[in-house]
Amino acid sequence: MKDVWTVSELNEDIKNLFYEHYGFLWVEGEVSDLRRPSSGHFYFYLKDENSRIRAVIFRGTNSLSPFAFELEDGMHITCRARLTVYSPRGEYQLIIDRVEPVGIGALKKAYEQLKAKLEAEGFFDAARKKPIPFLPNRIGVVTSPTGAVIRDILNITARRCPTVNIVVAPVRVQGWEAPGEIVEAIENMNKIGVDVIILARGGGSFEDLYPFNTEEVARAIFASSIPIVSAIGHETDYTISDFVADLRAPTPSAAAELVVPSREDLINTLQSLKRRLINLLRKEMDRRLLQTIDLERRLRHPREVIEVYKSRLQSLERQIHRWLLYQIRGFNREVDHLSQRLKTASPSNLTDKYKTQVQLLKKEICAIMKNYLAKSKEQLTLEEQKLGTLNPFSILGRGYSVAVKMPEEWIIRDSKTVSQGDEIRVILHKGRLLARVAKVE
Amino acid sequence: MAKEKFEEAIKRLEEIVHTMERGDLSLEESLKAFEEGIKLVRLCTKKLEEAERKVEMLIKNEGNIDFIPFPEENLKNNG
Repeated sequence: MKDVWTVSELNEDIKNLFYEHYGFLWVEGEVSDLRRPSSGHFYFYLKDENSRIRAVIFRGTNSLSPFAFELEDGMHITCRARLTVYSPRGEYQLIIDRVEPVGIGALKKAYEQLKAKLEAEGFFDAARKKPIPFLPNRIGVVTSPTGAVIRDILNITARRCPTVNIVVAPVRVQGWEAPGEIVEAIENMNKIGVDVIILARGGGSFEDLYPFNTEEVARAIFASSIPIVSAIGHETDYTISDFVADLRAPTPSAAAELVVPSREDLINTLQSLKRRLINLLRKEMDRRLLQTIDLERRLRHPREVIEVYKSRLQSLERQIHRWLLYQIRGFNREVDHLSQRLKTASPSNLTDKYKTQVQLLKKEICAIMKNYLAKSKEQLTLEEQKLGTLNPFSILGRGYSVAVKMPEEWIIRDSKTVSQGDEIRVILHKGRLLARVAKVE
Repeated sequence: MAKEKFEEAIKRLEEIVHTMERGDLSLEESLKAFEEGIKLVRLCTKKLEEAERKVEMLIKNEGNIDFIPFPEENLKNNG
């Protein structure tokens, strides 16, 4: 031992002591005072109820964790670290290289964080899912090479279709190394070119399934150009891998059934199709045969056919002849009748007829008029005579006269209507007298 | 027959059967369809009766990918 140490020497020695004494150690505690300066390193304290210790995670280190989560103050973690001395300050601190959230709550949180992130990136889009081939030639199985899962898959695929080849990529499905191995296995399957990949794991706790909830596995599944069927844990477990995979099977056995069709079913289908084909052709042939027989039966010598047609033709000819004659006779009669009617109805006939009628009427009117005139004349003479007798003045000729009171000029019928001295006019047959009444008698 | 053609072959086969069932093919067409159908049945059946499968395991051999037969002892009911 030295008598006097420099500070640097002492810190260096303490650092070595720490390394020798502790090596890698696992520490559990709560995150507090978390800072992440632009350097990208994480600085915080790991603490419990009574004590705390400085801790640092250098940038990039966190990706070594199988858990895609963000460190937060108050988060309860377990970490693998080395205890070291930060010489410039003489402070000891933990350099953490692996972090694991403690407790199901933290795990669930990390799970939800990653799920939301990948969903936003379109990792779960149905449109991105690749179709699963109908009958694969070779299947890649990424799982543990031992245990019930691979056994079930091999048994079921063998039972369903023993011509489908299998390549198993042995991986750890649990623990720190699992995600990296799974990623590498998926990449290798893409290199060797299988038709479909089954990514499988048996049941386990949420923590056990954690490799399948890591971002790196999710990205490897998404990047695979070969369709991937996932079957992780029990039917009720949904891992991130299940969401990213092209098809999720509830169990590894179900995955095997989904990927490999039943050879028996296929052969039955083929046999049934073959039977139907043969029956159809047989039916078709039978139908044609019957058709031929029928045609043969109906087929007669051409001369015979011609004779039949000939006699039929003659009969028809006779019929047509008769019919034509009958029709012509009918037409003739019709024409006669119509021409008769036409003659009667001819317009020249009508003119003549009207002419005669007009002349007839003219004559008639003339006669009537003459007659009427004669009669009128006769009447007139008669009336004239009658008038002659009635004319008051005509009787004057026989010696009568008419006395008229003057100046009133009314005819005097009664002597009492005049008085002595009244002037009266006396109308004679020829000429008039103006007189005075000498005496009323 | 390529493996991905299997499904197409079965579909084509079903199509042929349906066409024949409709019964509007000429005799020549029927015979042609039948011939094609039987050929497809043979091809598909042959595909299903190919040699026994291989079960292999990927291993890393000095950084290269290599195949070995899958160790059957892994399938014993021991875990």
